[in-house]
Amino acid sequence: MAGDTLTSSEYIKHHLTNLTFGQHADGSWGIAHSAAEAAQMGFWAIHLDTMFWSLLLGGLFLYFFKKAADTVTTGVPGGLQNFCEWIIEFIDESVRGSFTSKNVLVAPLALTIFIWIFLMNLMDLVPVDVIPLIAGWFGIHFMKVVPTTDPNATFGMAIGVFGLMLFYSIKVKGFKGFMGELTFMPFTSGNPVVQAIFIPINFLLEFVSLIAKPVSLALRLFGNMYAGEMIFILIAIMYNAGVILGLFGGVLQLGWAIFHILIITLQAFIFMTLAIVYMDMAHNEH
Amino acid sequence: MNINLTLFGQLVSFGVFVWFTLKYVWTPMMGALEERRNGIADSLSAAEKGKHDEVLARQHAKEILMEAKNQASEIKAQGEKRASEIVDEAKEEARAEGERLLTAARAEIDQEVNRVREQLRERVATLAVAGAEKILQREIDAAAHKGVVDSVANQI
Repeated sequence: MAGDTLTSSEYIKHHLTNLTFGQHADGSWGIAHSAAEAAQMGFWAIHLDTMFWSLLLGGLFLYFFKKAADTVTTGVPGGLQNFCEWIIEFIDESVRGSFTSKNVLVAPLALTIFIWIFLMNLMDLVPVDVIPLIAGWFGIHFMKVVPTTDPNATFGMAIGVFGLMLFYSIKVKGFKGFMGELTFMPFTSGNPVVQAIFIPINFLLEFVSLIAKPVSLALRLFGNMYAGEMIFILIAIMYNAGVILGLFGGVLQLGWAIFHILIITLQAFIFMTLAIVYMDMAHNEH
Repeated sequence: MNINLTLFGQLVSFGVFVWFTLKYVWTPMMGALEERRNGIADSLSAAEKGKHDEVLARQHAKEILMEAKNQASEIKAQGEKRASEIVDEAKEEARAEGERLLTAARAEIDQEVNRVREQLRERVATLAVAGAEKILQREIDAAAHKGVVDSVANQI
């Protein structure tokens, strides 16, 4: 719930501020106590909440899948193995459907992306005030529990995928092939002079489309989750506006949460599928 | 929306997660799935083979049964033939034996008849002589009339 002393905009702002660790203006290191302080810390700061939740969820994912993999049996699978196999077969099918080359890294990449993003998105369904409230008891004032509403997390993954794209593009096609893809397409001409004019135009177009891939990956996920989170926060504000609005807010929250289950899964799936497709493009001449 | 060091933290975590997934999750799980798939394929083909074998075995059994039936009927026919042969032989033997016995009996009877006739002849001769002696008393000389008496006796 919004604290009595907070206005709505302060409440929203409070919810949208990460727990930031960095260097204060006076040169000492510590946790930022306000959004302004966090912003002032600049680049050399770290969001403890984003890191904590993403690592916790990633660790959870790896723990359960590792457990399933360690006790894997070719006979009748148990519950956990069954579940993991179901997911793995689903991912494998997606990868087979979109990825035509051979690379053992792509399927585990897709699995990691899908489950990790799904779990991070899932935190959005926890009522927005619960975890910050619990954190408040321990003297932690800022707590953003959904790592995917932090662009650092989405860009981190998108850059990871982008790095792999560049790596495999150059590995498969060679540096010359890769540069050729950037400069000799989409406009080509038999005339060398005209071709020379086309090269910068092509480069501009292709470079933008290349850069757009990770940016769109990251921003799509971030935007969707941020907007979803924002709506949950706005609904939560209604709880302070009387019984009738509060009840209405409860209904809205339920409805939005149910709808959000779809968005959560869909965004994880889209990120995964696009990553697979981009990896496929990196492996194929086009 | 502050881009800061968290970006690298996330990037590195992501990389580690992917590596971990590849090494400790994906590879063993896919291995197990592959192994199970192969196992199922093997079982299916084994079942198929078993079915095929069963059909073959059934056919084989049918053939054996048919052969046995044929043999049995052949043996039966042979047996019947042999039995009728034996009966015929026995009949033949019995007939021959009967004939032999009959012949022997006839011979014996003939012998007996001849013997009896001889005795009878002698008796009749003696009786006739005695009768004639009585009737003629002295007139009859046995030695002189023996030829007459014998011819009478022979007529009997």
